[in-house]
Amino acid sequence: MKLFSVEKPGLYTTYQDLGRVGYLKYGVPASGALDRFALQVGNILVGNERGAAGLEVTMQGPELLAEETFVIAVTGGDLSPMINGRRIPLWKSVLIKKGQVLEFGQPRLGVRAYLTVSGGFHAQSYMGSRSVYEPAGLGRRLEKGDELVGEPRKQKAGTGLFFTEIPDYDRDVEVRVVKGPHHEQISDKAVSDFFAMTHEVSPQSNRMGYRLQSDLETNHEANVISDGVPLGGIQLPGNGQPIILLADRQTTGGYTRIGTVIGPDLPLVAQLPPGGKIRFSEVSVEEAQEAAKQEEQKLRIWERFTR
Amino acid sequence: MNLTFHPLGEAALKCCFQEDVSPALTDKIQAFCRKLRSKEIIGITEWVPAYDSVAIYYDPWKLSYQQLADFLLNMVVELDVNRDESKMVTIPTHYGGDDGPDLENLAAANNLSTKDVINLHTSGSYLINMIGFLPGFPYLSGLDERIAMPRLENPRQSVPAGSVGIAESQTGIYPLDSPGGWHIIGRTPLKLFDAEKEEPFLFEQGDYLQFKAISEDEYKQIQREIENGTYKLERKEESE
Repeated sequence: MKLFSVEKPGLYTTYQDLGRVGYLKYGVPASGALDRFALQVGNILVGNERGAAGLEVTMQGPELLAEETFVIAVTGGDLSPMINGRRIPLWKSVLIKKGQVLEFGQPRLGVRAYLTVSGGFHAQSYMGSRSVYEPAGLGRRLEKGDELVGEPRKQKAGTGLFFTEIPDYDRDVEVRVVKGPHHEQISDKAVSDFFAMTHEVSPQSNRMGYRLQSDLETNHEANVISDGVPLGGIQLPGNGQPIILLADRQTTGGYTRIGTVIGPDLPLVAQLPPGGKIRFSEVSVEEAQEAAKQEEQKLRIWERFTR
Repeated sequence: MNLTFHPLGEAALKCCFQEDVSPALTDKIQAFCRKLRSKEIIGITEWVPAYDSVAIYYDPWKLSYQQLADFLLNMVVELDVNRDESKMVTIPTHYGGDDGPDLENLAAANNLSTKDVINLHTSGSYLINMIGFLPGFPYLSGLDERIAMPRLENPRQSVPAGSVGIAESQTGIYPLDSPGGWHIIGRTPLKLFDAEKEEPFLFEQGDYLQFKAISEDEYKQIQREIENGTYKLERKEESE
């Protein structure tokens, strides 16, 4: 059934789930929500499975007219979500009634919000995922007049994330990195400078990657034999300006990578606005896996409460 | 087989084959990936074969880095690197004209006729070392050095899907409309990537491609057949 009509599409609003699996070897980017934690929690709050498709809202949100009465949640960055002009809480499921308008105001914290609906959005699926990837024609961003459909369940609103669990998106973050695989090609001095310095997010940052401006000096040979590029991989070209590769990244690359930002810390990166500051700290692969397992454990427990 | 491993964060691992890039190594990597597929290890989600490495994606909830590395070391012991089949896919290509705007320049720069270029390009068989850059974009080796040429100085804003190009000593096919700096010598009506299909791709790493010159009329004919769903891809499976 029709859930929303799009009155205004917003700056860049796309369906995203947890991404496409199994097509990297054919050169198809994984895509999926940049803030995977926020999307998964959003889905849990409305009683969905964690990987259901939501809308990823960027900076300037859309204006959506509700065509039914159903339960929604908005998670992730605080882009001032409102129903009929009144602020609604983030990280909490709320009821929207037929005829009401969901809209967004000023971005206050973070740059990406996630709108999830009970039952999920029934967007077109390509190769097992509803995640939009425009360059290959896999869906497109919202446009005025679009109708968003789904099959919401009858359920109560008011499920919220305990406040201590709400991520603390900041304009100045430190994220954990597992070193490699090409750090040996970079001088020890440049590697230690990379971890000691603060880098700044460039305006040329998007779903493919976050470009950083940095005072890092390096003169290493930046070409390598092309290899598979992981989510969070940090490319370090010869000019010393790192790029953190995200969900819409190319599947392979031929530039040196100094390390990989660990999954649990990627939402902090994805919520940084241009001009935001970022520092890197090194962890072992074991520590990184422990952090990922702790997050997975939490999500599993929360999911059990609502399903 | 001498493998080394590097973590790519907490959920991927790079498996490096300590060998120079060669067709034999590509065969080995193919065999490695076939084995990986047949083992169906819980926790391994997918993998990306490249020139001299394979990136393996996995779920750390189910599998630790060390467990995966140990498993791979055991797996390669029983690896059968004798290639039992090779797949050759034919790419019908209309050379020159609007479909290949750089054919004449490339011929002139190499002191050849356009016919020579077409003959040399269609006489090779090209190994797919890797797929990347764009969905379905094959990195091919095996180009005759006589038709190699450095990239365009000014890349084009848009190269149409199906364009066949040459850059340095590589040849390739653009699966999508995309900006590009390759010399475009022809165009194939084949769709290298069709998201609507159950099998959206025509080939994979380790397959061979061969180009076949076709006329403009044949191009249109094949294009119609593809649209009607009646086109049959020329694909040879050879046993050695």
